[in-house]
Amino acid sequence: MSRRDLVVVGNGMVGHKFLELLLEDERREEWNVVTFCEEPRLAYDRVNLSSFFSGKTAADLSLAEPGLYEEAGVTVLLGDRAVSIDRQARRVASAKGARVRYDKLVLATGSAPLVPPIPGRESQGCFVYRTIEDLESIRSYAAQARTGVVIGGGLLGLEAANALNHMGLETHVVEFAPRLMAMQVDEDGGRILRGKIEVLGVSVHTGKNTSEIVAEGGRVTEIRFADGGALAADMVVFSAGIRARDELARECGLAIGERGGVTIDDRCRTSDPDILAIGECAQYRGRTYGLVGPGYQMARTAVSTVTGGDAKLGTFDMSTKLKLMGVDVASFGDAHATRPGCRVVAFTDSADGIYKKLVVSADRQRLLGGVLVGDASSYGQLLQLTQNQIPLRGRPEQLILPQSAGANPPALGVDALPEAATICTCQNVAKSVICRAICDEKLSSVGAIKAATRAGTGCGSCTPLLGEILGREMKKAGKAVSNHLCEHFPRSRQELYHLVRLHRIRGFDELIAKHGRGSGCEICKPAVASILASTWNEHVLDGDRVGLQDTNDRFLANIQRGGSYSVVPRVPGGEITPDQLIALGRTAKHFGLYSKITGAQRVDLFGARLEQLPEIWRELIAAGFESGHAYGKALRTVKSCVGSTWCRFGVQDSVSMAIKLENRYKGLRSPHKLKSAVSGCARECAEAQGKDFGVIATEKGYNLYLCGNGGMKPQHAQLFAPDLDEETLIRYLDRFLMFYVRTADRLQRTASWFNNLEGGIEYLRKVLIEDSLGVCAELEAEMAHIVATYRCEWKATIEDPAKLSRFRTFVNSAAPDPSLVQIRQRAQHRPATWQEKAPLLREAVG
Amino acid sequence: MNAVAIQSAAQESWEDVCSLDDVLPATGVCALVAGQQVAIVRASDTVYAIGNFDPFSKAFVLSRGIVGDRGGIPKIASPIYKQSFDLRTGQCLDDARVRVPTYEVRVERGRILVCCQPRAGGSSGA
Ligand code: SRM
Ligand SMILES: Cc1cc2nc3c(=O)[nH]c(=O)nc-3n(C[C@H](O)[C@H](O)[C@H](O)COP(=O)(O)OP(=O)(O)OC[C@H]3O[C@@H](n4cnc5c(N)ncnc54)[C@H](O)[C@@H]3O)c2cc1C
Ligand code: SF4
Ligand code: FES
Repeated sequence: MSRRDLVVVGNGMVGHKFLELLLEDERREEWNVVTFCEEPRLAYDRVNLSSFFSGKTAADLSLAEPGLYEEAGVTVLLGDRAVSIDRQARRVASAKGARVRYDKLVLATGSAPLVPPIPGRESQGCFVYRTIEDLESIRSYAAQARTGVVIGGGLLGLEAANALNHMGLETHVVEFAPRLMAMQVDEDGGRILRGKIEVLGVSVHTGKNTSEIVAEGGRVTEIRFADGGALAADMVVFSAGIRARDELARECGLAIGERGGVTIDDRCRTSDPDILAIGECAQYRGRTYGLVGPGYQMARTAVSTVTGGDAKLGTFDMSTKLKLMGVDVASFGDAHATRPGCRVVAFTDSADGIYKKLVVSADRQRLLGGVLVGDASSYGQLLQLTQNQIPLRGRPEQLILPQSAGANPPALGVDALPEAATICTCQNVAKSVICRAICDEKLSSVGAIKAATRAGTGCGSCTPLLGEILGREMKKAGKAVSNHLCEHFPRSRQELYHLVRLHRIRGFDELIAKHGRGSGCEICKPAVASILASTWNEHVLDGDRVGLQDTNDRFLANIQRGGSYSVVPRVPGGEITPDQLIALGRTAKHFGLYSKITGAQRVDLFGARLEQLPEIWRELIAAGFESGHAYGKALRTVKSCVGSTWCRFGVQDSVSMAIKLENRYKGLRSPHKLKSAVSGCARECAEAQGKDFGVIATEKGYNLYLCGNGGMKPQHAQLFAPDLDEETLIRYLDRFLMFYVRTADRLQRTASWFNNLEGGIEYLRKVLIEDSLGVCAELEAEMAHIVATYRCEWKATIEDPAKLSRFRTFVNSAAPDPSLVQIRQRAQHRPATWQEKAPLLREAVG
Repeated sequence: MNAVAIQSAAQESWEDVCSLDDVLPATGVCALVAGQQVAIVRASDTVYAIGNFDPFSKAFVLSRGIVGDRGGIPKIASPIYKQSFDLRTGQCLDDARVRVPTYEVRVERGRILVCCQPRAGGSSGA
């Protein structure tokens, strides 16, 4: 069968989604596909465009898997704009002179930022915010600017203002409407939002009509308002809305909507049935849609239309959630309460800057929509209640009132959602699909769910829900499947721990031969290596253990972006002598390492090549340093505050205590990393209550806190016992740490371990103080063995030629790895991004 | 694609990269073969060779991953973001769209030899 020609104009988010779905379709073979891509690169994640300013590169944002188009035989005309459509000849002509025939044509040309016709808008220093190139120009201009004005206080305007603010500019937002984000939030919400944003140092000017942009020598200096006011400005970013790019369609006579956009029917066909339009350039039921979710739905429908299916467009969900400058804003459903007879319930807390409004049906049985400002943590749940028309249990206001201590929040967990509920609106994935994938494919992480179902790979706002569903499903499965480590071990980590100890097993091969199957994987191997280390405390690179370790443990250093390593020597308690500082500096200089103070009171030296690690450590050990285990699931640091030695408030010598604890527990391998801190008084400068174990000095001794966490989900530690003397403190800690090592799951920090312990802190006290399980003597003996057998891993490594021989990049060459390219930055250097070094390495990638 | 296959058939050459003992069982090392970084991996009595470049993290690191199996398929997991690759075919087991090159390997008198040209199309050598 001869193939037919399909041409897609525009390779933005929606054009790409269309191609991606088409390539998966079984009838894809019928088509010969060509796409015009005006931008100099293939589609990228425009929704997360702003993350370009926080370090993401164009490569990070790229949506097309490397090689996807080439392998699928899609012809891409990169950097070429379609300029006309000849509907008679069925041909598209491009700016670079290409003429491409089509049987079906898909327009996915997106929109362009709207720049209002204000005099002076062409001056140097005026920008829009739509493409990577726009952001690059903004970044370079901002370097010499002090004041920036964003015209437009909508979603995108605030995002642009956030970016300018972060670049250190004095930032103003000018909005024509009387409030910010008029499209999404109502008046009260707008007021709270404004307050929150002003606190961050951004000035907000609402109800202002910009009449002129004044320039001197061609460069922007000031903007003027119709009411006579003015604002000094070195640069201006227009964000006053978008306009569908319908110029191609207009010129070839397709029907265009009143307010712009190519008119389409519910199968995405324009007035010419052989031409389809999707994404922001399309106008459906009288309007255009500036969000990616509706665009993706159009892409799906268009693929169906092209491949002979009969999918139709449904209603679009225009709900949005975003975090602007750390401020949550969300609106969903009928946010402006337009449905006849609906009622509004609102909660305002101007002190904390929280505003929540719910729109409910006349009978108060269903949620129709709402607005959240300042705290949108319940967005996912509320959106689901709205979309799935779930009958409300209890009074609607319970859904938004702050929870008083002890009270149970009304049940609105994922369990309440019907199977058909759409969890991810961007990718149109239902709850049932996610649950089935978790179950059938034994998924155990949100990342795996994303890979398997694509849920969560659009705007990202559904990821917390994915996590919850995963939790529920795992719990349900827990009854049937139990908590098997992975496909190789039908046992939990705790069971394996006991088997290792009971049968005195010292190697992985022996354990898998007796209690597992297959040859292992990246999940069970490091977990078993950790169990062996916490039990026998032998060197992690001894025997068959090398191949069990994650790359960090295998090379006793932390792998970094690009494949170089970082080195973190131990600095117990954060106390460091001038000579040690000099020694660190000398080594860093000698090997050209980027140096940074870490968040845990020590120094990280980055950019080491694999083969340099032993040499670096030879120098560090000679200067008296030991391994800091930054690479291991092990004790990291015990932070300290300066304490009674210097501080006028200190009541105990916190530095000495921190050093003592760090030296006692260093080298202890555990299910996950362990962190600790000691503060010299209740002011808590060492942040001990955010640690796995924390100590706070009191007049009478030390308060011991357990199971705190910083990181992703911060949790305060619990007071376990007050006013302990030093000996009791250490005894309790020995017991606590070994009990955790014995019973936790792999990669479970103490906080989540604790949250799963039935009986909570009372139970821990019973076991560890009253010895209710009769294990305390054993736990203490196990810890005593670990403490007595501690050796610095790096010292042992550089003394052993067999171990050292593995620290080389190439087995057959001493050449350094040519892919480790560095770029100078702020008097040091950083690894080159892939984009920067790709031209040098193309050959090597093969 | 076809062009590559023809070329490799015409000028096939092999390089002796290291001894078998240089690669511990169930681990990998990296060798430079005709200027390309190749991961040489030992998995249950067989030696495999695949490209060392990890297309996900865009770093040359696959040889430093953990070796194992998934449902009996011998594989290595990237040390950076943990995607697994079938050692026989280079196929990524977590993303059907991604595949890394594979190379033919021979073990002769305790030495490992690698073919300098990647296999065409990455077809299975098992
Ligand atoms: C280097 C450092 C950042 C810095 O420049 O300051 C850092 C860097 C990394 N952290 Fe961290 N964390 C660093 C302090 C912290 C802190 C602050 C602290 O320790 O006081 C925290 C919050 C405290 C806590 O852990 O409770 C922190 C919470 C995390 C988390 C979240 C853990 C959690 O339970 O939620 C991760 C992810 C993980 O472990 O799974 C993480 C993971 C990482 C990893 C390993 C990410 C990775 O996989 O590459 C980073 C590489 C380390 C390296 O050297 O290559 N890092 N990280 C800090 C090293 C401290 C040190 O001297 O050892
Ligand atoms: C900063 C920012 C933040 C955003 N945040 C969100 C958000 O949080 N949530 C959300 O849902 N949406 C958000 N959006 C909107 C979202 O990015 C768009 O809805 C989405 O990109 C639309 O996809 P599209 O393919 O229709 O258009 P685009 O992504 O703009 O792609 C159109 C492409 O076609 C090209 N093109 C146009 N004409 C031609 C031609 N004649 N020939 C060849 N190529 C052509 C253009 O150069 C462009 O590359 C945001 C947008 C921006 C700019
Ligand atoms: S893991 Fe830690 S160090 Fe790395 S980017 Fe995240 S916060 Fe920073
Ligand atoms: S809802 Fe946007 S990614 Fe799932």
